[in-house]
Amino acid sequence: MARFRGRGMASVNYPIGMNLGGDPSQALIHSNPDGKFTVALSAIDLGQGMKQVTRQVAAETLGVPIEDVYVDTADSDTGPHDMGSFASRGTHRMGNAVIAAAREARGVLLEAAAEELEVNAADLVTDGRGNIHVKGAPSRSITVRATAQAAQFKQGKTIAGRGIFLIPLSSVDAETGEMNPNTAFAHACLVADVEVDDETGDVTVLGMSSAYELGRVINPRMVEQQLVGGAWMGISHALYETPEPYYPNPDHGPRDFNEYLMPGPGDIAPYSITILERPAPDGPFGGKGPGEMCANPVLPAIANAVYNAVGVRVNDLPITPEKILRGIRANGGAKPQARRGGAL
Amino acid sequence: MAKVPMQFRLNGSDRAAFADPADNLLTVLRRGLNEFGPKYGCGQGTCGTCSVLIDGELHLACLTLAAACEGASIETVSGMADGPNLHPLQNAFMEHFAAQCGFCTPGMLIAAKALLDRNPNPSREEVIDAIAGNICRCTGYEPIIQAILSAARVSPAQRRS
Repeated sequence: MARFRGRGMASVNYPIGMNLGGDPSQALIHSNPDGKFTVALSAIDLGQGMKQVTRQVAAETLGVPIEDVYVDTADSDTGPHDMGSFASRGTHRMGNAVIAAAREARGVLLEAAAEELEVNAADLVTDGRGNIHVKGAPSRSITVRATAQAAQFKQGKTIAGRGIFLIPLSSVDAETGEMNPNTAFAHACLVADVEVDDETGDVTVLGMSSAYELGRVINPRMVEQQLVGGAWMGISHALYETPEPYYPNPDHGPRDFNEYLMPGPGDIAPYSITILERPAPDGPFGGKGPGEMCANPVLPAIANAVYNAVGVRVNDLPITPEKILRGIRANGGAKPQARRGGAL
Repeated sequence: MAKVPMQFRLNGSDRAAFADPADNLLTVLRRGLNEFGPKYGCGQGTCGTCSVLIDGELHLACLTLAAACEGASIETVSGMADGPNLHPLQNAFMEHFAAQCGFCTPGMLIAAKALLDRNPNPSREEVIDAIAGNICRCTGYEPIIQAILSAARVSPAQRRS
């Protein structure tokens, strides 16, 4: 009886948003009398950071400090319509909608400032610190706050903007089958090293390395955290989680967290991530968004690593000790496969 | 069943509540006292997000009979900050991005505080052991482990609870 090490890899090309398009996101932005801005979205921040990302995108486009932007999300009764937070679409779809809304609001903001400064709005720039001034003449300036107050109380203007981002629905050509399934692809490659015990069938993930190409990384720390958490979920899907362990037979399903297994803090593995940035032409500031692909490549990489270690090809998830032991028995013992790429 | 009056200290204040003799502590805290720091996760003692300190010891509020807490001192995540000054663990959780959806965070913070209160310089293994009863769905645990280790490096004087 022995422990066998194995290495597996997987690559993923991951489309952002709904296949074939037709999934609009909307954003509304307005200024308040204190010169701060509220962004209204109906999509929800599930903890992935959508609120922070759209806040950054709005502040950058408006040309105001990030502290002066508040993002109000997730009231689908009162907010502008959005298809929702799924399909890894948040950064790309909502980010683009926020840019559109912020551009319109910025236009009105500069018009209001131009009226106060008695100049042409086209000659005005923002400094990102809460001021608007004439290009090349920083002394001819007005604060965003004073502009917002003048617009509301003197000029009778609403500093606001509407934004929508829609990839039109692409139908399938009946003759050729041709279609345009999506807009932005993100890419990743992940290598997993595992150790498999041929007596117990237990799999230990020893470590993982990945490279992710995500367009422009709008918030690097949050992207890194999303990738780390998503990889844990990938390990969990690969080796632990299932509501129906003998699917399609529904018997023996877990009833609580004692039976619905997930890796705990003692089961995690060292994980090294490299981020590659190739800004997407149609992304907000080039961003695409990691989303579900944080977890995706982990599953096939671990499945390949288990095969590499003991020669057992498990074709349904999760890869449980029971399936591995049945495979080893069917093969007449562990059959370690050839390995390239150096020692584990 | 008739409700019975009970008293205990909650985050340093004397509190009184009427509780059903069969109520668990989580129900009394959340429904009786509007103390929503501890979350209702599984209700079975398997997820850890309802963790509280009872007389300094880590307990699952969902599995604790409220009546057994008569006269006890109970601490929840809501009592960790000193006014506007966050507890070093709370700061460390922010700095290390140790919360995503945040649902496990109240229990994680309390479990981590229970550890640091009795062991100011834990090893990585001791940190892992301390949060092994708390499920996190988002972070992959590593940022939480890093946050707790980093808070442990803050001097005990600064860590005053």
